[in-house]
Amino acid sequence: MAKINSPVELEEFRKAILNRRDPDKSCITLCSGSACNASGSAAVARCLEEEIEKQGLSESVEIRKTGCHGFCERGPIIVNNPGGVCYLQIQPEDVPEIISETAKEKRVIDRLLYTDPESGEKITHEGDIPFYKNQQRMVFGPNLSIDPKSIDDYLAIDGYAALSKALTGMSDIEVLEEVKKSNLRGRGGGGFPAGQKWEGSRNAAGEAKYVIVNADEGDPGAYMDRAILEGNPHSILEGLTLGAYAIGAHEGYVYVRQEYPLAVENLLLAIEKAEEYGFLGKNILGTGFDFKVIVHQGAGAFVCGESTALMTALEGRVGEPRPKYVRSNIKGLWNQPSVLNNVETWANVPLIINKGADWFTQFGTEGSKGTKIFSLVGKITNTGLVEVPMGTTLKDIIYKIGGGIPGGKKFKAVQTGGPSGGCIPENLLDLEVGFDELTKAGSMMGSGGMIVLDEDTCMVDVARYFIEFLTDESCGKCTPCREGLRQMLRILTNITEGRGQEGDLELLETLAETATEAALCALGKSAPNPFLSTLRYFRDEYVAHIEEKRCPALSCKELINFYIDPEKCRGCGSCLRKCPADAIIGGKKLIHIVDQDKCTKCGTCFDACPDKFAAVTKLSGVPVPAAVPEEERTIKKSK
Amino acid sequence: MSEILLEIDGQKVKAKTGMTVLEAAKAAGIRIPTLCYHEKLEPYGGCRLCIVELGAGERKKIVVSCVYLAEEGLVVTTRSEKIDRIRRTIIELYLAHAPDAFELLELAKEYGADRDRFAKEASFCVHCGLCVRYCAEVKKKFAVGFVDRGTRKEISFVPEIAAEECWDCKECFPLCPTEALQAAFVLMRALSL
Repeated sequence: MAKINSPVELEEFRKAILNRRDPDKSCITLCSGSACNASGSAAVARCLEEEIEKQGLSESVEIRKTGCHGFCERGPIIVNNPGGVCYLQIQPEDVPEIISETAKEKRVIDRLLYTDPESGEKITHEGDIPFYKNQQRMVFGPNLSIDPKSIDDYLAIDGYAALSKALTGMSDIEVLEEVKKSNLRGRGGGGFPAGQKWEGSRNAAGEAKYVIVNADEGDPGAYMDRAILEGNPHSILEGLTLGAYAIGAHEGYVYVRQEYPLAVENLLLAIEKAEEYGFLGKNILGTGFDFKVIVHQGAGAFVCGESTALMTALEGRVGEPRPKYVRSNIKGLWNQPSVLNNVETWANVPLIINKGADWFTQFGTEGSKGTKIFSLVGKITNTGLVEVPMGTTLKDIIYKIGGGIPGGKKFKAVQTGGPSGGCIPENLLDLEVGFDELTKAGSMMGSGGMIVLDEDTCMVDVARYFIEFLTDESCGKCTPCREGLRQMLRILTNITEGRGQEGDLELLETLAETATEAALCALGKSAPNPFLSTLRYFRDEYVAHIEEKRCPALSCKELINFYIDPEKCRGCGSCLRKCPADAIIGGKKLIHIVDQDKCTKCGTCFDACPDKFAAVTKLSGVPVPAAVPEEERTIKKSK
Repeated sequence: MSEILLEIDGQKVKAKTGMTVLEAAKAAGIRIPTLCYHEKLEPYGGCRLCIVELGAGERKKIVVSCVYLAEEGLVVTTRSEKIDRIRRTIIELYLAHAPDAFELLELAKEYGADRDRFAKEASFCVHCGLCVRYCAEVKKKFAVGFVDRGTRKEISFVPEIAAEECWDCKECFPLCPTEALQAAFVLMRALSL
């Protein structure tokens, strides 16, 4: 392929791609992101290929393996075009019917459609499913229609048009000004205005300047960056190149975690193709602008998502944050001005240049413009990736899009912002999501993690879990973080195991202040947040654990007992058969008893007891009633 | 080098451009406690004992003085209720590892730190990194380094280099703020076997 040497050539090339495509040709798109691969997408893809061949449709039906569609709860997802019929949770055995019925005969297979849980109606098109209908997918949208391994697919949806527009029709300052005007804020955590960061680098003195993609996505349960990296890598490369042009950089890096092999594969291929086409490398689009991108795989440290630690790691040294009070956009990688933005931030840039800052700022709130992708996980009906305009309420995200809490359970809190974020309680569900709004509520936007917690979740244990994660991931350089977290974890563990003491909360607050005020980097400074935000909204749970040795959520193992209500037990033996510890005493037509000395509190009996009896209960903070004497255990015939 | 004027604890202090707040304070005879600082080494910013407050009123912020560069007109406070409280907590966290280190006990006395406030976890190393950085920056031998990360991090000699270099050097030993504990630590380890 000869390089594309001018915007005119690009438009001609684009037209040729579109002309070659027959919109009436049958095309089956299959979600092939990491999440769907785990649900068997690769096997479905093989079956599709075989079946198309077998049914002699190789000429008339094509397959397009796209990135993540976001509705991971129901993957793998197939959309048949033209027509847009959407099938969910596809398994290999469904494939022959899809090919013969839908691809060939254009008939819809009802059983594979989405069923609306409220109305019971079948929904044919992906966009009409409530999960999608209430989203606004500006950044994430192209994932549904392009094969990330095909640069032509990206070009077919106007890819690299922003780059072409900027390099030939806009000065570098104009690009910078447009991004500044858009008020795009960093999607990786801090929410720092990207334009301001770029401007600092542009104006700073340096022998070389760098632009860097932070793709070290490490928050538990968060995978929005992975979805863009895997599903639309060119959008990131285009954004990065625009940034390089605006600040005068000729070298860029993508720091991507090693745990993302498919992202790395698609990214490397995208770079290779972009170089081949002339969107990267020397003399881009014949404009004389040079820019190359290097992919660096991380070695597995959460702290390397922190900007200075990331740059230190890029330099080949141990990934620890730098103590200097100089911003990395002034002195960053190899002490040169370096702009570091996260994946989603970069992916927003082509949109802003293409459609303009005025278009971009119509979405969002006063302080937070555009959309944000959230990774909605935990106790939620529709697990997946969700892109909504800033300013959407938490309630809408959790209920309208997420479908609420499964199993008839009650909502308790939503944890946002990754491990150093915080928990937001039910009475704040009308909160509109935005950088400042979430910070004010004691949590943060972070990179967009959203973990829904239901009534069975113990908030003290949530704090303990995240502090444990952060203790494990602390780099250990500064004392308030390394030693402070170690002690916080110890105290929180004691509380959840029934060894909490008076004064523990004050001690935790002192440690939290020490880390917040004196830790070296943002990870350490925000590390106490899981404790602080749960204390702010759920202090009563802490007090119950410490003073009454009671876990109100009936979740902390050391503080609960399993007890069979003699009034309700029908002697069915389900629990007795399943107990792995032989801790249940019972027999035919006998009331069953839990032997507390043998019980390992695994909860098997609780799950095993049939719902109609619900005889197994959890007790906390109260003594276990004495067992019914042996001679009185025979169950009389129920009415 | 041009001179700048700043204020530390109400005292006008002269400093040269490029000096850190800690260096400026030292030069003026104002003491700020440190543990990981060494004049021959690059500032590390690890122990966080040398924190000071900048500015006044609502807009006060806490920085570490060993890294923060002195600026014209800067107003620095080296002791306040808050600074002392944080330093005390840091000292107490150290004492959980090395409850008998002389340097730490002296600091504990000054700041009223309770050496039993936190659960003990004996490991004489307090991660100041003085030995590691001295060996790398001054001696350029790299015979001792950190291994692992976070709470599992510890210092370790590289046997191949140490065998060649360390016997005649040992310059890192007196730098260690818990040096006196090493014997106790080794003894304790022997006794616990």
